[in-house]
Amino acid sequence: MLTTTTLAPPSPALTRSGALARLHDVVVLVRRNLIHIAREPLQLSDVTVQPVLFTLLFVYVFGSGVPIHDGSYKDFAIAGLMLLNLTTSAMGTAVGLISDITTGAIDRFCTLPMWRSAVLVGRSLADLLSSALCIAIVAVTGLAIGWRPDASAGSILAGFAIALLFSYALSWACAALGVVSKGPESAQGVGLIILFPLAIVSNAMVPTAGMPGWLQVIANWNPVSSVTAAVRHLFGNPNPSATISAWPMQHPVLAAVAWSALILAVFAPLAAHLFRQKTTG
Amino acid sequence: MIEADSLTKSFGATKALAGVSFSVPAGSILGMLGPNGAGKTTAVRILTTLAIPDDGQAKVAGHDVVAEAAAVRRSIGVTAQDATIDEALTGRQNLVMVGELSGLKRKAAKSRAAELLTRFDLLEAADRVTKGYSGGMRRRLDLAASLVTRPSVLFLDEPTTGLDPTSRLLMWQVIRGLVSEGTTILLTTQYLEEADELADRIVVIDHGTVIAEGTAAELKRQIGGARLSVTLAEPHPRAVAALTGLVDGDVQVSQDGRRLQAAVRSTSGLGTTVVRALDANGVVVDDVEVRPPSLDDVFFSLTGHGALDLEGETCDLQVLEGVS
Ligand SMILES: Nc1ncnc2c1ncn2[C@@H]1O[C@H](COP(=O)(O)OP(=O)(O)OP(=O)(O)O)[C@@H](O)[C@H]1O
Ligand SMILES: [Mg+2]
Repeated sequence: MLTTTTLAPPSPALTRSGALARLHDVVVLVRRNLIHIAREPLQLSDVTVQPVLFTLLFVYVFGSGVPIHDGSYKDFAIAGLMLLNLTTSAMGTAVGLISDITTGAIDRFCTLPMWRSAVLVGRSLADLLSSALCIAIVAVTGLAIGWRPDASAGSILAGFAIALLFSYALSWACAALGVVSKGPESAQGVGLIILFPLAIVSNAMVPTAGMPGWLQVIANWNPVSSVTAAVRHLFGNPNPSATISAWPMQHPVLAAVAWSALILAVFAPLAAHLFRQKTTG
Repeated sequence: MIEADSLTKSFGATKALAGVSFSVPAGSILGMLGPNGAGKTTAVRILTTLAIPDDGQAKVAGHDVVAEAAAVRRSIGVTAQDATIDEALTGRQNLVMVGELSGLKRKAAKSRAAELLTRFDLLEAADRVTKGYSGGMRRRLDLAASLVTRPSVLFLDEPTTGLDPTSRLLMWQVIRGLVSEGTTILLTTQYLEEADELADRIVVIDHGTVIAEGTAAELKRQIGGARLSVTLAEPHPRAVAALTGLVDGDVQVSQDGRRLQAAVRSTSGLGTTVVRALDANGVVVDDVEVRPPSLDDVFFSLTGHGALDLEGETCDLQVLEGVS
């Protein structure tokens, strides 16, 4: 039975503003999104099973066929695998966001006295945490099969950081994609069409030198290549791209940061704008 | 407490609202009645700051819904037509999250959640993921979520659609309880019975305009007269013709041809007259009833179609004009 209790007088502390309240909303939503990731098998496997699977498949299947001059394929591949996994799982941001919009979760949020953009910020940060888990799993799998970084701890950490920075920027681009997509399935489809070539037409899994000339140009200027080269460089792993004259391959760390900053500068405001438009119909 | 003034809203070529005005005094409950696509949800979305009107203004709890949306959000609770609960979270996690996003400290949000789970008979299922909840449980959790902040104004968009009779009665009981505590409520419904039962005042909308407004009693008085319904032992070709002279307007016949309905002026001896007229034409009558108009009849006479055109039983009533 329903018990009828009398309501206490309206609770105080409902007037809120300022950075602290916004931070609080973000934290609440990060927690909520992490629960989602943990409970949705597909999203969870994107950052747990898939990294292990890809690492083993690529190293043992491709490894034999791709000669790497200054080292083993294994040592070459781990940075690339991190980027491959991060890039393809970025779709999760788009899918998650449009799911929230279509299921009405956003409608609930938007009638609450909260900071609306916390929906986007909270999602991007939760996805950043799952990205961190993803590359940690690639690293552990790599270590287990014999991958070894050859650089100072600081440099290795910088390698991880630069991969995550890019992944974070990419999640804002995917957020924009998610907001304008028709539904979770279409977000998934469109995301795949964009992200898969982005990940593959790069130096992530094979050196670009073997590609046709025109494709080499695209691959060398692909942001994924810059980031992969930067991570290889910082890990002290073989980096065949270092001999390529294209500017990003000569300055991979700078290029990786610049690409990430550019993507973030374009897509964060765009995603926020599209989201605001979508939620005030 | 709620004031809507000439609200309009179009979606492409569809005019969802074509100038809707109404007001809900503090502490009262307004029933907004209308068929599918009438514009009820659109009106609620504007008043709850989820949509911006093309034209017109609205105030909720003294704040403009467009210019002072943030202030409005601090005063309202919303139960949307489609449940907005988070399926990956447990019932308790849902309520705690809503509390926290409304500005409660985690501890306060937790104790408020526990209170509401008890009140809505969800304590047992509180720590299960809501994906497995039944329709009634979802509805209750959704309503609980809209009460977390003890809002002074509550919007309920078809809160009982799809509920079984027991759950509906429980929901009604809760709504009455809220009104008695002084909450102002806007309730949309397709069920005339529900509006009749709960609402202090009713606005009837159809095709984005208010077509009638008043208390249930006033609306019933507005169409006046009474309703005659006759059940025949078996369909008869002369039955409609026999009644035509005795009733006001059209006779509606059910698909099986056995039930006839019409508006009548209630006069003494009407039942006898009806039976005699039918008998004289060789029609065998099982049952005759003359009753005061229900809100269903009001709705029918206002819109020319039943409230539940698509799913209710009025759909098998055809209007036959002067058939002989
Ligand atoms: N986002 C939208 N895009 C396009 N058309 C819309 C949108 N929202 C509502 N409409 C249209 O506006 C009209 C009014 O819809 P609304 O949802 O307000 O009706 P309703 O009274 O709530 O109906 P129901 O009883 O089915 O819930 C309908 O014709 C509907 O198709
Ligand atoms: Mg509706």
